[in-house]
Amino acid sequence: MQKRLVKGNEAAVLGALMGGCTHFFGYPITPASEIAHAAAYYFTKAGRTFLQAESEVSVINMLYGASSAGARVMSASSGPGIALMGEGLSYLAGSRLPCVLIDMQRAGPGLGNIWPEQSDYNMVVKGGGHGNYKNIVLSPDGAQEMFDFTRAAFSYADEYRMSVIILGDAYIGQIMEPVDIGSTVDHGKRKDWALYADEESRENLITSIFMKPSSQGQHNRELQQTYRRVEKELVDWEEIETEDASVIFIAYGIVSRICRSAVALLRKAGLRAGLLRLKTLFPFPSEAVLNHAKRKVTIIVVELSNGQMCQDVRAAAQYSTRIIELLKMGGEIPSVEEVVSFTQKTVLRSAH
Amino acid sequence: MNTIETSSVLYTHYERKEGNQQTTHYCPGCGHGVIQKMIASAIEELGVQNRAIFLSPVGCSVFSYYYYDTGNIQCSHGRAPAVGTGVKRVLPDSVVVCYQGDGDLAGIGMTEIIHAANRGEQLTVFFINNATYGMTGGQMAPTTLLHEKTLTTPFGRESERDGKPLAMAEVIASLDAPAYVRRCAVSSTKELLRTREAVRIGLKNQVDKLGFSFIEILSPCPTNWKMSAVESRNHIEQVMKQFYPLKTFVDKRPENVCIKNNSFPLMNDDELLSLLTGDLTARSFESPVIDSPKTITIAGFGGQGILSGGTLLANSAMAHGLDVSWLPSYGPEMRGGKASVTVIVSDSSIPSPLDEKPDFLLAMNGPSLQYYKDKVKTGGTIIVNSTLVDDEIGRDDVNVYGIPATAMAQEALIPSAASVVMVTSLAVLSEVVSVFSLKESLNASLKRRELLDANMDLMKTAENYITSNFLVNNYNKKV
Repeated sequence: MQKRLVKGNEAAVLGALMGGCTHFFGYPITPASEIAHAAAYYFTKAGRTFLQAESEVSVINMLYGASSAGARVMSASSGPGIALMGEGLSYLAGSRLPCVLIDMQRAGPGLGNIWPEQSDYNMVVKGGGHGNYKNIVLSPDGAQEMFDFTRAAFSYADEYRMSVIILGDAYIGQIMEPVDIGSTVDHGKRKDWALYADEESRENLITSIFMKPSSQGQHNRELQQTYRRVEKELVDWEEIETEDASVIFIAYGIVSRICRSAVALLRKAGLRAGLLRLKTLFPFPSEAVLNHAKRKVTIIVVELSNGQMCQDVRAAAQYSTRIIELLKMGGEIPSVEEVVSFTQKTVLRSAH
Repeated sequence: MNTIETSSVLYTHYERKEGNQQTTHYCPGCGHGVIQKMIASAIEELGVQNRAIFLSPVGCSVFSYYYYDTGNIQCSHGRAPAVGTGVKRVLPDSVVVCYQGDGDLAGIGMTEIIHAANRGEQLTVFFINNATYGMTGGQMAPTTLLHEKTLTTPFGRESERDGKPLAMAEVIASLDAPAYVRRCAVSSTKELLRTREAVRIGLKNQVDKLGFSFIEILSPCPTNWKMSAVESRNHIEQVMKQFYPLKTFVDKRPENVCIKNNSFPLMNDDELLSLLTGDLTARSFESPVIDSPKTITIAGFGGQGILSGGTLLANSAMAHGLDVSWLPSYGPEMRGGKASVTVIVSDSSIPSPLDEKPDFLLAMNGPSLQYYKDKVKTGGTIIVNSTLVDDEIGRDDVNVYGIPATAMAQEALIPSAASVVMVTSLAVLSEVVSVFSLKESLNASLKRRELLDANMDLMKTAENYITSNFLVNNYNKKV
């Protein structure tokens, strides 16, 4: 298959169409607007639906309606927009509706700026809205995975009847790389719970309200069972030179690629470094983290936030090894050289 | 109020309801029951029960799905028009009943209703106006009348503090798109009959795809008004109607304009695949000899074709079977005129696409040369656009070449192709990509295909210039 040079933001739209998505509802926000631009072109030309909504609140509710009607649906936004969608995400979870969102993270809090951060981690990975619910969260590291993860997200969403959120950042959206788009469109199947405006589906009810505590409790327990199943079946990560490593980076997104370069340089300099790259954030690769932690390697979490993902690393490691944070915020990003010298200093310190 | 017989569109036994499954949850004298029966009867008469999808709002009618033997969706507060939009965009032949109260529609959901109406969505909206938040116990609604006492206006609604009541039918009627806008009441037999007619028209309009219908219904809430059923109906007749006149504001049925679907036809899988792959034909060339990843930064100002020059280079490297990453300068600076792009090519997978130390710098103006020149690796190469740059480089550990890229591009009448000159120079002077693959990749990289020949000629000019000025006699001639 011939590869095509595609930007991360555009690759997501190609992935969506190859994943059988038929409806995109969008609202502009930097750095996710390019996804809407590409969707406006490709979805419209392909005879699918692109509609620009009046707000992110409307977007998430249009997704709610279109998903109720059985379609594969998506949108893309950034932190402030995803925050506005919080109530809707909770409704989608409560009503068990599949949906795909992309969050191209920018710096916050507030208006912040449009440079990359990974500070939506807690909001997206822990839920985002009210109630006991989860989203499946995938973290691509480049244009090919923007395509692959978005394409796969629709079948995950349908299988588990959950929202799947692709957690990217401004760099992952801007980067252009060769992308293999494959050749098979995955249209999905008719859903026995959805509304198709026909006799067969007339009995179906889309709702998140259960008046009796026992019914609401039962509903909640079923949701948690689904999340346990997701943890077993979907957890994914990549191990890069970790086998003999004495220092392991844990990172995702653009930062994982910086760490990858750092691993190579550190190994040249004689330090056995490795990288545990997170591909799913919920489910979180806790076992992989724990396995390394038990070997007493030094773990360095490199993250563009105040340590949000590191909290999950610490919980997974169960305090069985040393965990060090290299954190950047506000759109600053560590250079490869900085990661290398930080690591060398860290190892030197621990040797004394 | 039980003046209308039941309908087969309503369940006879409310199994979804907990507690007494023979009666509705509505209070005695409430308007919801009678209005919902009218809607059910209209659905039955139109023969669209299987196609009907009822949107329950947040409010007293949140449990409408107890009663309707149709498709049902419970929506978040105020968002039913957005949910309905989603449903209709997937199922254009469904008949969506958008049933909303005054807090829901005129308060929290004002944005959604205005925009759905303005788009002329194929929806029928029933706006039940009882001037109070019924379900939460009787707070002030956007439609609460002046001086009316509620839980949150214990001394009465004051316009100076709370604003005046919102007349939604008038607001919706001020838009161009809606097909039918009417206000009714369920306060007397006469008004009930008119309401029944309006309900039927509103739903039939949707079946006929005539556009957006909005039916406001003044409806009693004896519980929160603290009145008897009879007093409540009199209140509508004598007080509410003064402020909310009952009339038809818009009726475009006589024009009988069915909304056309102007969308592109649905592509099948093959058509979709060919749309997504573009018109690229498979090409591959001998891989040039690069012993390690190479980073190329092209920098200048907007309008010099910086990004597309980078795309050309990246496409060309990809044709050689190399991995490649292309990362533009990013952020507000893009709007300030500066532009740059970093392309990395490698014979193995590229780890970090962020490299601040280029092997090659293509400097297209003075400021970008000044900004990047000291970042270029020792032994690296700087190619400057000599039309605009005559600055001192001040480094003797790099190779420096000059080519009048802007002048050449202007002469070729494609000033935005100055970057093509620079990238061609790079191809001639280095082994990153071949000039042949650059030419072959031009078509895939050009936004304006009609300029293909002009760009190709420009590449030849650049190639000749570099060859004759630098390669024939003195490979490392400096500017």
